[in-house]
Amino acid sequence: MQVKLTVNEKPVVADVEPRTRLVDLLRDQLNLTGTHIGCDTSQCGACTVHLDGAAVKACTILAVQADGATVTTIEGLANQEGLHPMQQAFWDHHGLQCGYCTPGMIMAAIKLVEDEPQPNATTIRHGLKGNLCRCTGYQSIVRAVQAGATAMAEGG
Amino acid sequence: MALPAFDYYRAHSVDEALALAAEHPEAVWLAGGHSLIPLLNVRLAYPGALIDIGPIVELTGIRPTPDGGWSIGALTTHAMLAANVEVPPVLAQAAAQIGDPQVRNRGTLGGNVAHADPAADYPPVLLALEAAFTLRGPTGQRNVTAANFFQGLFTTALQEGELLTEVRLAAPPSGSTSAYAKLAHPASGYALVGAAAVLVVEQGRCTQARVAVGGATPTAVRAPRVEAALIGQTLNEANLAAAAATVEADLGDELLNDHQASAAYRRRMATVYVKRALTQAATDRT
Repeated sequence: MQVKLTVNEKPVVADVEPRTRLVDLLRDQLNLTGTHIGCDTSQCGACTVHLDGAAVKACTILAVQADGATVTTIEGLANQEGLHPMQQAFWDHHGLQCGYCTPGMIMAAIKLVEDEPQPNATTIRHGLKGNLCRCTGYQSIVRAVQAGATAMAEGG
Repeated sequence: MALPAFDYYRAHSVDEALALAAEHPEAVWLAGGHSLIPLLNVRLAYPGALIDIGPIVELTGIRPTPDGGWSIGALTTHAMLAANVEVPPVLAQAAAQIGDPQVRNRGTLGGNVAHADPAADYPPVLLALEAAFTLRGPTGQRNVTAANFFQGLFTTALQEGELLTEVRLAAPPSGSTSAYAKLAHPASGYALVGAAAVLVVEQGRCTQARVAVGGATPTAVRAPRVEAALIGQTLNEANLAAAAATVEADLGDELLNDHQASAAYRRRMATVYVKRALTQAATDRT
């Protein structure tokens, strides 16, 4: 069936099977492979995107459920002026090792900071509960999110 | 892995949903999908069709009722309940402890309770609040108490073609206080034990107590011994501990016993977490 969405500020019309998940639509049909699939069980958060302004797990939403919605993926964050401040903070503070969880971490972190503009380390750890990282031990991720929060507050 | 194939229908009103269900008896309801889609992802469920009730606008939201209670639409998300400061704290606290932020943005009250996972957070809360469930079906509407709704492991009072549309809470009596305390499995976040306490305190003494425990048994249960032990008591530490200890007998003999936790551990932890819920409720009161 046909779905119409806005993805990274561009209108999208796609034909999908009912069983197509949002993450499959993004990756396989729209070639937005920055959204990763880690676990398929709604636990790891690598597939986190913004759906109508909320962080969600794109492996647990059918594409047909997102009909009419506005979606932002990791590819939609940077603009001509450069990376989103949260992306830059992950770069600057080495908030990644292998990078597999990073798109989901950044998408979740941006919403976390929008809800809680000055998060402390505990708030960040709770807020990123739905995102698993198997490399870093989270220390550098927490530092990156704190720096990203400051940069976002400064209007970066 | 690709999901198993299914047909998909979209409902924009409860009447349309019920008509679709009558037409497609093989179909199951799709609300937020956060119980169903994980099952499809790992192919534990093979429904012939899904009826998406997500677009039914009137099923979302927390509405005060004229009698001082609330009507909570079945599609109300965990995030909406967690952020609500009007509903009894036990409900908001439980909602805030479900899954993670992304799951709470999509998962719904109705979907969660209709799935009736024994380790879910809402069942003990809704038992303790003595919530009423509104079910709409081909033959009309009926109301079912929480105690009658949750019938067993993944089993509810919902009949073929029936849709849960709202959960109703009565007005809390003056002097009410409530709290939820949960021992979460460290990986899944589901409750190994979840304890809900709803108390009424008048002139320093407990005059009403409703306590329920989830996670420990195939379906959540009320704890009548704990409740009886609290009535007429001052809510000091010794009295709360003594009351909480009686929960072991309230749980009966059919405790869950699996790779996540033994029956003995769940039974022991029920005492600990009932006491924590009671203590939190008593503390918030003062």
